Amino acid sequence: MDNITPLEIAEPAAVPAPAAPTRRQLPLHSRPGVLSALSIGVLLLAWSAVTARGWIAPLFLPPPSAVWAKLWQLAGEGFMEATLWQHAGASLARVLLALLLAASTAIPLGLWMGLSPVARGLFDPLVEFYRPVPPLAYLPLIVIWLGIGELSKVLLIALAIFAPVVIATAIGVRGTDHNRIRAAQSFGATRWQLLRHVILPSALPEILAGLRVGLGVGWSTLVAAELVAATRGLGFMVQSAAQFLNTDIVVLGIFVIAGIAFGLELGLRALERRLVPWQGKA
Amino acid sequence: MIELDRIALGYGGQDGHPLVLQQLSLSVEAGALLVLLGPSGCGKSSLLNLIAGFLPPLAGSISVNGRVVKGPGADRGVVFQDDALLPWLDVQGNVELPLRLKGVPAAERADTARHFLQLVDLRGQERKQVWELSGGMRQRVGIARALAADPQVLLMDEPFGALDALTRERMQELLLKVWAATGKTIVLVTHGVEEAAFLATHLVLLSRRPARIAEQLRLDFGRRFAAGEPARAIKSQPGFVAVRERVLASVLALDPALH
Repeated sequence: MDNITPLEIAEPAAVPAPAAPTRRQLPLHSRPGVLSALSIGVLLLAWSAVTARGWIAPLFLPPPSAVWAKLWQLAGEGFMEATLWQHAGASLARVLLALLLAASTAIPLGLWMGLSPVARGLFDPLVEFYRPVPPLAYLPLIVIWLGIGELSKVLLIALAIFAPVVIATAIGVRGTDHNRIRAAQSFGATRWQLLRHVILPSALPEILAGLRVGLGVGWSTLVAAELVAATRGLGFMVQSAAQFLNTDIVVLGIFVIAGIAFGLELGLRALERRLVPWQGKA
Repeated sequence: MIELDRIALGYGGQDGHPLVLQQLSLSVEAGALLVLLGPSGCGKSSLLNLIAGFLPPLAGSISVNGRVVKGPGADRGVVFQDDALLPWLDVQGNVELPLRLKGVPAAERADTARHFLQLVDLRGQERKQVWELSGGMRQRVGIARALAADPQVLLMDEPFGALDALTRERMQELLLKVWAATGKTIVLVTHGVEEAAFLATHLVLLSRRPARIAEQLRLDFGRRFAAGEPARAIKSQPGFVAVRERVLASVLALDPALH
């Protein structure tokens, strides 16, 4: 070890460390919240401007103030014999019932298709056959079979939610880490234990993503479902308002539909953070 | 005791497919630390998977303590290179998993998990989430989990391959400590020559595909470390250096990339 001489290292001149950029110092134009507020603000401003100056007739686009006033009127007096909240409640009940129906059938089927090549072979063509067909195209058939009651509406929405949940669940199951399954097998896990302790939790992020996509599709199928002999619901409300050329109610309905969809999405995202906090980390 | 009797393995499972292992026979006594070393892609991990029961052999038989291996089983615990921990369970939950699958009552499995976490120096980390741990800590959780199942044999597939050099050395020492404390038979696959020479009581060098046993050595450096000799002292001794260089020369001679 005698032939090792330490290298002479010159003392480095003190260099001031560059200050770490903080959130506060981020330029205004690259903060996402600011940008979102900006785009919404500009839209509202333009809307107010063109309607206030009378460039567009209220029949085609009512001013924001009229829509806002309509919100309170509908909340109190209602429209077509139901208040806004009753319309929203009816729609939400349909979508949530459909979600329950779809999830309770699609998740088990997706698990089965993910686990068994036989089940995949049997059901994959069926799911892929109806999935790309727009719900409006098979709505008449459902009405012919099941009538114009609540069942048809819920079933139409459920069918729209079903496909993305089945596909996502099967993908999640098949993506289960091989070594995690092997590890559980080497602890003597039974098939049922493998499913319960390894495969199902592994597929949970995909299942939740499928539910998110499904809920979005289901909610947008709502208007179609409520075209058929409904007496309540946001889709029905917008449809009826259009027939009476109540453009302010149409615009209000669109905002409420969008707002509830946004709320559902935020709720599912919160559920994801709670149920699968490991996602993307392990 | 692990006995491999004229094992053959080929992917596809039919004659005519390229063989991975051919006529491989091997036997080690209980309590041994068998290290499988060989050029990359030679089939050492496949051999480990055969003993674990994840793959069936094309021919020949494998038995562990007199019982013929027919599939994965709780008598053989496995530690994976990618740790294969379950991120939806915390550290203690992962170590308790094998006991939960066996139906052990909660209080008892918590005790057992704490015992093995302490053995791998993870006391106080019980409630951490898996993704909060470093690679070395995750491997230690993996070892504790495998031990909690109380297997007769611990099978380790390049367990320290993804760790940095310093962590790797510390993990080798920890493994020897655990081995001495539990008396388990260990089979470890590695491509680290120094690691193999340091840990093994039985070092088996596999040839290129189809793999046969190219060389077999009995060593005692790991035992000496377990008996109290410092690791660096062992690794700098001429005896250790000579073994390491000899094994390295054999591995280099077998490596297909160099031909």
